[in-house]
Amino acid sequence: MASVSGENAVTVALTLTEQLPGLQIVVPLMGAIVCAFLRRGNLAWLVATLVTWSLPVISFLLLLEVQESGPISYKMGGWAPPWGIEYRVDQLNAFVLLLVSSVSAVAVPFARKSVAVEIDSDKHCWFYALYLLCLTGLLGMTITGDAFNIFVFMEVSSLAAYILIALGQERLALLSSYQYLIMGTIGATFYVIGIGFLYSLTGTLNLVDMTGRMEMLGLTDAVSPSMLAALAFIFVGISLKLALFPLHAWLPGAYAHAPSFVTVFLAATATKVAVYLLIRFLFSVFPTTAVFSELPMSTILLVLSVAAMFGASIVAIFQDNMKRMLAYSSVAQIGYMTLGIALANQAGLTGGIVHLFNHAITKAALFIAVGAVFYRIHSVRVEDWAGLGRKMPITMAVFALAGLSLIGTPGTAGFITKWNLSLGALEHGYWWLVILIMLSSLLAVVYVGRVIEIVWFRKPVATIDEARSPPMTMMVPLFVFAVAIIWFGLETSMSAGYAADAARFLLGGGGS
Amino acid sequence: MFGLSPEQLVVAALIIPLIGAVAILLNTTRPNMREASTLVTAGILFLVVLDLLFAVSGGARPEVDVLTIQPGLSLVFRVEPLGMLFAAIASGLWIVNSIYSIGYMRGNNEPRQTTFYICFAVAIFSALGIAFAGNLVTLFLFYEVLTLSTYPLVTHKADEKARAGGRIYLMILLGTSMVLLLPAIIWTQFLTGTTDFTVGGILGGKASATTLAILLGLFVFGTGKAALMPFHGWLPNAMVAPTPVSALLHAVAVVKAGVFTVLKIAIYTFGTDTLATTGASDWLVYVAGFTILAGSLIAMTKDNLKARLAYSTVSQLSYIILGAALANASGILGGGLHIVTHAFGKITLFMCAGAIYVAAHKTEISDMRGLGWKMPFTFAAFGIAALSIIGIPPLGGSWSKWLLTLGTADAKQQIFIVVFMISSLLNVAYLLPIVVRGFYFSPAPSETPVEAGGGQSGIAEAPFLCVFPAVLTAFGCVVLFVYAGDIVAFLTPLVDVGKEVSNGG
Amino acid sequence: MSPAIETLITSYNYWITIFLMVAGLYTVIAKDNMIKKLVGLSLFQTSVYLLYLSPGKILGGTAPIIDPALKVYSNPLPHVLILTAIVVGVATIALGLALVVRINEEYGTIEEDEIFETGTGK
Repeated sequence: MASVSGENAVTVALTLTEQLPGLQIVVPLMGAIVCAFLRRGNLAWLVATLVTWSLPVISFLLLLEVQESGPISYKMGGWAPPWGIEYRVDQLNAFVLLLVSSVSAVAVPFARKSVAVEIDSDKHCWFYALYLLCLTGLLGMTITGDAFNIFVFMEVSSLAAYILIALGQERLALLSSYQYLIMGTIGATFYVIGIGFLYSLTGTLNLVDMTGRMEMLGLTDAVSPSMLAALAFIFVGISLKLALFPLHAWLPGAYAHAPSFVTVFLAATATKVAVYLLIRFLFSVFPTTAVFSELPMSTILLVLSVAAMFGASIVAIFQDNMKRMLAYSSVAQIGYMTLGIALANQAGLTGGIVHLFNHAITKAALFIAVGAVFYRIHSVRVEDWAGLGRKMPITMAVFALAGLSLIGTPGTAGFITKWNLSLGALEHGYWWLVILIMLSSLLAVVYVGRVIEIVWFRKPVATIDEARSPPMTMMVPLFVFAVAIIWFGLETSMSAGYAADAARFLLGGGGS
Repeated sequence: MFGLSPEQLVVAALIIPLIGAVAILLNTTRPNMREASTLVTAGILFLVVLDLLFAVSGGARPEVDVLTIQPGLSLVFRVEPLGMLFAAIASGLWIVNSIYSIGYMRGNNEPRQTTFYICFAVAIFSALGIAFAGNLVTLFLFYEVLTLSTYPLVTHKADEKARAGGRIYLMILLGTSMVLLLPAIIWTQFLTGTTDFTVGGILGGKASATTLAILLGLFVFGTGKAALMPFHGWLPNAMVAPTPVSALLHAVAVVKAGVFTVLKIAIYTFGTDTLATTGASDWLVYVAGFTILAGSLIAMTKDNLKARLAYSTVSQLSYIILGAALANASGILGGGLHIVTHAFGKITLFMCAGAIYVAAHKTEISDMRGLGWKMPFTFAAFGIAALSIIGIPPLGGSWSKWLLTLGTADAKQQIFIVVFMISSLLNVAYLLPIVVRGFYFSPAPSETPVEAGGGQSGIAEAPFLCVFPAVLTAFGCVVLFVYAGDIVAFLTPLVDVGKEVSNGG
Repeated sequence: MSPAIETLITSYNYWITIFLMVAGLYTVIAKDNMIKKLVGLSLFQTSVYLLYLSPGKILGGTAPIIDPALKVYSNPLPHVLILTAIVVGVATIALGLALVVRINEEYGTIEEDEIFETGTGK
């Protein structure tokens, strides 16, 4: 895609292109190390920003390459699979890579002022180092084609995330971090146990190889006990990581008490990558027909998703802490993603995958708005926000817009999700599910509407005397996400288009 | 007039209110310039829409493909007579109502006027979007924008009552549209692979009669703005809004967007032939008939003038839904015409109600004894509009009721002739006493006329800007009687399918 | 000895694995003391090490060093993996303990029930 002139430049670009999958991981990893050695917070922020900005370029080039010539296989360190670790980029994870890297790239300027007030200044460099490590882990989980390598990256990102959450100002942050550590480690360990079964079943850790071996063992249509055990452990393990209802207990506390930027970052990326893993295992590692027709996987996911959509939304209505409210809303929204998986048809899966993206930009916008308000008035309690619309009109307008996307109003990104999920549900003849999807959106109207009403139609309270527009580094990400919410509600070739490609790839091509 | 092609006129008509909104925002600190922006925008918009109206009456069917969101999901505008008529009404009455708003808002020293005018402009923008929508998805998009842009107007006073009204407004309108209308649209997409508005409908032969009846139910109840019972509750609650909002939005733009949607879906999504042959809309006739009577009966019990007018609107809207449900030529034409005649009548009534509030600060009908001699123009306008709503010649309302009655006869539903007659009598019973009370009773002894000085017989009218628009639209009711035939002729392509196809090609 | 019982006895390594796994998980869930929870977590992780190592070891096999004298090799990959897993486990426990130290500083206790009893306020 780069229009390069001159033969040398072409060869350099070519070799660089070949190394793109490696660079996707190596760049943020090196960035983390550099940040750890720095002593000035602003400098560390600059490094983190530049590194983060380079990542979407890489993942976009990868996506284009995949679109053009199919899955890319990259041998880490030159060791050929199945012995060496393979990085494998296909339609699905190219999309997720782009999602994670671009959302982080847009959000990272927000960190500068937010971290400056929320974190002790001697910890700034460590903070950015950990942020980059966490990002490395998330990207690594997405890009790698090796089951055990996924575990390692999962723990890299999780350990970094625990620390980042513990850096929150309130002492509850420590407790939330500890609880997340326990739950997260159990989840990761479950995942490893599942991989252990798969390994003893197939003798390989390479995901593509695993599928091939399972086919060789004739397990495409039938389920063997060890495969069932592997599936069960992996499913529960990943479900813990993605906060699938009712395994979501760690999420509200972690999001509510983490520093603002960490909440933005984790809410937009961490659970999305876990959902990606679930999709990866259910649709391309395990034989899809066996999982979905021999086992009640669809039913289990469907019930849990609907429970999440309603249960968590109802809890969200009663929250006074804005971050906690949005955290519960996240649990509900994850329900839409898993619902798409449960439907397991073209339209439904498209809806589920595109919701990874739509929800990422929506929640990022919301949490940035909350962070910006916190920066000014040092409160995330909704009563303290009364009348804020007049003091921070742009921030609150974006909040309202993102709220509409959460509800799924047409013209916003959230609508695209609902449309595709509903079409997917109708393909199964589940008309009642369409009504349930819409009813659950109505709950979002209640909790979003409540905030909008307080913010715009109440008399200002004393807490917001100091409030005024947030600084530029917060305004720009907010604005970009706002534009993205509308843009991807109207022009979806980049979001739903790629998601549909990924769904087609998963359903048609299987895992091979 | 502007030398633009019909397609360009469509785009212009949609962009102008938005430009107006920006101009209003830029003139926040200069009230005179701000109001001038509203008026100029409304004026230009009306001229553009008028230009388009002539093009459409000449047989043009301009189509603008804005963008394709994803396969099967696109934003398209396609102008046909019914939508054109709705657009003309909404944009034309916007001018009148803007003049009125200026008088009302300044007369009452309302706060946050800039927000008010911006939301108004956006609401008109979305009404035009609904009018010109070329498929269900586009219509739905603008339908929701209309709900959202009018929510701040309903909550304008920002006190607890206004917030509660706003809550009900939002929950019923958003709720019905999301839980019923959107699934219906998705279902249509699923059944037919398209949501385009096509002459003759798209659902014919795609589903059983039962399915069609259920689908129609989802559509009609999902269009909460049409205020079909039991989803009418938002309309009386929306009366907490300032009167200009009630006048333009809750007598014209919003509610008419609702019934327009119902008509449009009946004609272009189901097709009148499909509805008539499958009988999918039979049940709707009864629900609409019930709403007509129940609305009128509740209106009788209301002492608050705006609440009474609101329930009257609920009742009158169901005339139009009934017209759609009859699914024959007279019913459709009568429904279409009733959109126009009721718009003129009801906006006049609301503007009079507002004028009474501005001049005498009265909201309860029982307090209005003898007020007619102090506000003769207002009460005269009110009387004319009331007679038009009742349906007495020589006023516009008589034609639409006549056509609807013909429609019921054609559909062999003679019982609804009785419904219409009872409803008209109820109209007489709840509208005329207001005028009578104003002119033939002297004020109650306890009343001391403190407003604007003057004795009991002295004239104490509302500001000119409040009264003049009401007189103008009352005059419109008379004019409509003369020109009703032209409007019917303009709408004829809706029911004359063969002619429409030859024109369209 | 019947073959079934023989299988039961010879696969004793799996029984140990399962025992450790369940004991660890139980400790994590049932105990209020945060340190004990971490001990349980550690046990739980250790059981996974065994789970991986058991199938990798071949009785009589040696380390995979290419030498004409050696015929049977153990699969080295599980050992490599578990080496990594141990590192991850150590890091997790270290971080968990550090958090407990900080929680003790802030709340003055490491009993979860006491923390929740005294209210979770700031």
